[in-house]
Amino acid sequence: MSFLDIDERLLGLAEKINLVYSPLVDRKDFPENVDITLVEGAVSSEDDLDKIKKVRAHTRVLVSLGDCAVTSNVPSMRNPFGVNVILDRAYKETVTISHPPPASVIPKLLARVRPVHEVVKVDVFVPGCPPSADTIFKTLVDLLSGSVPETAKLSRFGA
Amino acid sequence: MPAQRIVIDPVTRIEGHAKVSVQLAEDGTVADAHFHVTQFRGFEKFCENRPFYEMPSLMARICGICPVSHLIASSKACDAILAVTVPPNGVRLRRVLNLAQILQSHALSVFHLSSPDLLLGMDSPPEQRNIFGVAQSAPEVAKDGIRLRQIGQTIIEILGGKRIHPAWVVPGGVSAPLTAEKRDRIAALLPDALAALARTSDRFRGVFQQFPEEIASFANFPSLFLGLSGDAGGLEHYDGPIRITDSAGQVVASGLKPENYHQFFGEVAEDDSYLKSAYYLPMGYPAGVYRVGPLARLNLAAACGTRRADQELKTLRAFAGTPLLSSFHYHQARVVEMFYAVERIGELLSHADILNPHVRAFAQPNQEEGVGVAEAPRGTLLHHYKIDSNGLIRFANLIIATGHNALAMNYGVKQVASHFVRDGHLSEGALNRVEAVLRAFDPCLSCSTHAIGQMPLRIELLDADGTLVDQQRRLV
Repeated sequence: MSFLDIDERLLGLAEKINLVYSPLVDRKDFPENVDITLVEGAVSSEDDLDKIKKVRAHTRVLVSLGDCAVTSNVPSMRNPFGVNVILDRAYKETVTISHPPPASVIPKLLARVRPVHEVVKVDVFVPGCPPSADTIFKTLVDLLSGSVPETAKLSRFGA
Repeated sequence: MPAQRIVIDPVTRIEGHAKVSVQLAEDGTVADAHFHVTQFRGFEKFCENRPFYEMPSLMARICGICPVSHLIASSKACDAILAVTVPPNGVRLRRVLNLAQILQSHALSVFHLSSPDLLLGMDSPPEQRNIFGVAQSAPEVAKDGIRLRQIGQTIIEILGGKRIHPAWVVPGGVSAPLTAEKRDRIAALLPDALAALARTSDRFRGVFQQFPEEIASFANFPSLFLGLSGDAGGLEHYDGPIRITDSAGQVVASGLKPENYHQFFGEVAEDDSYLKSAYYLPMGYPAGVYRVGPLARLNLAAACGTRRADQELKTLRAFAGTPLLSSFHYHQARVVEMFYAVERIGELLSHADILNPHVRAFAQPNQEEGVGVAEAPRGTLLHHYKIDSNGLIRFANLIIATGHNALAMNYGVKQVASHFVRDGHLSEGALNRVEAVLRAFDPCLSCSTHAIGQMPLRIELLDADGTLVDQQRRLV
């Protein structure tokens, strides 16, 4: 969402890049030979883990974007409780008709939520909750021109 | 032909992570279809033992699109724990913030996510079917969409200090009053927003008429409609009791107090989705299916109460009838509500008392629990907290807009798949319509897991018992 806050700069950016994979476009499989991938969010489920490994394998520069990706932040607040306890609250203790927690079709949750760099190598870290649109835009402009963005000067944890 | 299960994974151009499975019977008809939400974080549990006054900021992290809704519903639950009455001007300023969010979120849904389907066509090539494709073929539409979202986000930034996750709404009111300078900056944005909306209305009126089959099949069915209700039958997004009407427009229940939600909201955990399904408790599961959000809010209201929005609503009702039954009309309802949001913000800013510095009530906790509600862009949102004697959270329950719509969305994916299946085959355009019916609801599945997906279309061959015998993948 903060990426979209670059507003009209989005259209100029679109002329310089080919956005191959994103919630904004309809491609369903992660392509090969991707130059830059922005990853937001912590690694929470088995699906997340499989996907981030695939993304890493096909990406030249992997950017860990936002406090959830960089530190696992709020999602990792579940770690001290354990998976079963948090599922029971949502699917047994607060429902009218109780079933066992969801178990088919959907991915299993990992025992612990982890930041992206704990499971794959990360090239650039951009902290912030969320990083501002200007921070994201500057990071992209630097990466597109081949330089390493000084993200610590642009944003900080919680900003 | 053997029975098949077709899996769309991930569903794109929605907010959050989900997939859809469609089961085809041996005769090639659609036997069943389901919407599966694939992420879960556990806010209701991990907030325990945190101070209650942290909740607005913490719960806002549920979502990057509608953090303001969580901020407001959470603060209202905390108002109830403090047992204070928020000063009238605090309420007014919260309303301005909530309406600004409705504007930016609806713009995102209509333009960034759904306009590719509406303007380029449901069957247009998938590699162009996105906002950048719209920017190429109709640049002025993309610019208006970006501008409308920008205006909503800028109003949030002016009031709350930042566009996403502002911390300005607090238990008891808001943390700082409005200045004349800020009021004037916000007011100066509104004419531009109304001009962009007028162009949007003109351009899209004919477009919406080009989708008779989608109107017929996009979760077009009788259901209940639920939302907050205002005085004198107007639109309401911040306060008031809950009202429920039926598909004939008759009132089923009104004056329902949010704190008694256990008496009318039922919730059921599904086996194949992290999204719980809500239903109207007195009618049981699943007969008590209801819809929330812009479509429901318009069905609950006699009129919007602002001039341009009411013109748009009149045109929409002349085209689609009253009440609106097809979920395709959520798109048009969003356009009506964007007009309303801009006009109403203008009215609120013109109020004689809008600069009144008394915007927050202070107190220690006086109650052990509190319930707060608000109309999020997607529908009614409820937060319920219980605290211990030290003010630490010991229980939380959240009922989110998308959960209210879960049963209706499942109805929609099956209805669309059944309508567009041909000889046991769903074309790429048909599968896009299965996703497009979800986009009409604008589900918000939250954004704190990383937004990536992996799978091409997966087709699974099943035997008569539903056991997987083979699977193929192909790119769509």
